[in-house]
Amino acid sequence: MSLFDHKVSELHELLHKKEITSSDLVSESYKRINEVDGKVQAFLTLDEENARAAAKKIDEKLAADEGKGLLFGMPIGVKDNIVTKGLRTTCASKILENFDPIYDATVVNKLTDAETITIGKLNMDEFAMGSSNENSGFQATRNPWNLETVPGGSSGGSAASVAAGEVLFSLGSDTGGSIRQPASFCGVVGLKPTYGRVSRFGLVAFASSLDQIGPITRTVEDNAYLLQAISGVDPMDSTSANVSVPNFAESLTGDVKGLKIAVPKEYLGEGVQEEVRQSVLDSLKVLEKLGATWEEVSLPHSKYALATYYLLSSSEASANLSRFDGVRYGYRTEQPENLIDLYKKSRSEGFGDEVKRRIMLGTFALSSGYYDAYYKKAQKVRTLIKKDFEDVFAKYDVIIGPTTPTPAFKLGEKIDDPLTMYANDILTIPVNLAGVPGISVPCGFSNGLPLGLQIIGKHFDESTVYRVAHAFEQATDFHKQKPEL
Amino acid sequence: MSRITTDQVKHVANLARLAISEEEAKAFKNQLDAIISFAEELNEVDTDHVEPTSHVLDMKNVLREDKAVKGLPQEEVLKNAPEHQDGYVKVPSIIE
Repeated sequence: MSLFDHKVSELHELLHKKEITSSDLVSESYKRINEVDGKVQAFLTLDEENARAAAKKIDEKLAADEGKGLLFGMPIGVKDNIVTKGLRTTCASKILENFDPIYDATVVNKLTDAETITIGKLNMDEFAMGSSNENSGFQATRNPWNLETVPGGSSGGSAASVAAGEVLFSLGSDTGGSIRQPASFCGVVGLKPTYGRVSRFGLVAFASSLDQIGPITRTVEDNAYLLQAISGVDPMDSTSANVSVPNFAESLTGDVKGLKIAVPKEYLGEGVQEEVRQSVLDSLKVLEKLGATWEEVSLPHSKYALATYYLLSSSEASANLSRFDGVRYGYRTEQPENLIDLYKKSRSEGFGDEVKRRIMLGTFALSSGYYDAYYKKAQKVRTLIKKDFEDVFAKYDVIIGPTTPTPAFKLGEKIDDPLTMYANDILTIPVNLAGVPGISVPCGFSNGLPLGLQIIGKHFDESTVYRVAHAFEQATDFHKQKPEL
Repeated sequence: MSRITTDQVKHVANLARLAISEEEAKAFKNQLDAIISFAEELNEVDTDHVEPTSHVLDMKNVLREDKAVKGLPQEEVLKNAPEHQDGYVKVPSIIE
C-alpha cells in the first residue's frame, strides 16, 4: 500500500502522531517516480534536492510540535505553465525550454504558506493547447490505466501523476476542459473553479477570459482542501473576484436530499458513447437513491460552444503569445537578418504546430475585415451560452452530464485531425465560456478505462458541486480502484 | 469554395510574426479553411440584439491604491534575456 492511498486528513494525523514524517512522504514520491515515470512520463522537471531539504525542515518543525496547517508537509506536483521561482518552467514548449522564472505564481506562494512540498513540474500540451499531451514539445505522457492511451490534456501530467501515485495531488489549469478531461481519463478528481475564484497571476496566459487554475486529487475531500488553500482575491490579478471564500470542507455532508439536478439532453446525445451515457444514467440513480431528483433540460446553444471557444480562445492566445518574441526571455534564433526576422524565426522555430495553428486562427479572427464576422460574433454567442446556464440554474442546483464523450483514446488516433481532437472537449468547453465551476469525479469504467461524471454549479458555488461529488463518491467505489503499473 | 487563400495565410502569418514556407502556407490554408468553415455555423445564430461577452464576471475598473511598490531587480529581469549588455536587452540594429 502506498502512503498516497491515504487522504490528506489521514496523513495529517499520521504526521502529527509522528507515525510518519514529511520526508517519508517526499521519499514515497521520488521512489514511485523512479519506478514508474519512465513509463508514464508525467514529469518534465524534478526538484528533488530542494524538496528533500524542505521536508527535513518540516520534520524539525513537527518534532517541535509546530506547523498546524492541514496541507503541511504534503508533496504536490505543479503543471508546468505555473511559474515557480528558480525552478524551470517551460509550458512544455521549446520556446521556454530554459526559462527560469524570477517570481512565484500567487498559487505557488499560497502553497508555500500552506507548507506543501513541490516535487516537480508536470507535462502538458504546449501552452495548454491540446487534449492528449501529444502536443508537448518534449514528451507524450501516458495514461497509467493503459500506456497505449493518452492521459488527456492539457493537464495530462497533472492527472497522470496523481493516478500513478507519484504525488498526493497536483495543480492543473483549465481553459476548455484541461483539468476535467484528463481527470476523467485518468480516474481522478479534477475541479475547474469559478472564473475569478483563484488568482491567475503567474499562470502563463493562454486565453485570459477562460483560464483557471484548479486542483487534481484522488478524493473530493482532498480536492476541497487544496482549493481552499489556493482560493481568494489577489491584488496581482485584477480579474480575481473579491468574494468571500467559504469553508469548502463544511459542505461535505453526504446529504443531497431535495437537491435538484438538471441533465441537459445535449450532453447525452449524438457523439456520446453508449457506455458513457449509461454510466451517467447509473450515476443519476445513485444520487436519486440519496434523495436527489433529476429532470432533463436543454442548453440550446451547446452545439455552438465548440466554434465559439476556438474563435475566442485562439484570438486571446494570439495576443497573449505575442510576448514570446525572442527578445526578453525564451528561445532566440541563431542568426537573424534584422529585428523582424528575429521575431519571425524565433517564434517559428520555438513554437510547435498546434500553437502556430491557433495563433494563425486567432490572428485571422482579429484581423481587419474579419473581426466582426468571427471574433465579435463569437462573443455574442458566448452571451447566449452563458444565458443558457443562467436559465437552468434559476430552477436547478447543479447540472450533471459526462465529462467527455468517450474514454481515453489511443496515442496517435486524433493528432492529425484538429477538428476531431477539438470535439473531445465539447462537454467541458461550455462551462469555461459561462465561467461556472465544474468537477469531474470517477463514475465507471469502459474496457478498463475510467469514465468521469461532470457536475457543474452556479457561479461561486463550488460548495454545492463538492457536496454532490462527495455524496456520489461515498456511495460508490470507483475512486478506490487503482491502475496497475 | 475556399474561405481563405494562400496569400491571406501569408498575410496573417506576417501579422502574427511567423515565418512560414510555401508548403506550410498550403497546409495552414487547408486546416484554417476547415476550422473557419466549421466556425461559420455560428452564422445560424440570431445575435442581432445580443451584447458581446468579453468577460464573465461583472467587474469594471478594478483599481488599487496609488502607492509605489518596488519592482524586480534589473539583474533578475535580465537573467532570461538571450542577449543583454549594460543593463539593456540587446537586439539586432534597427536603424540602417
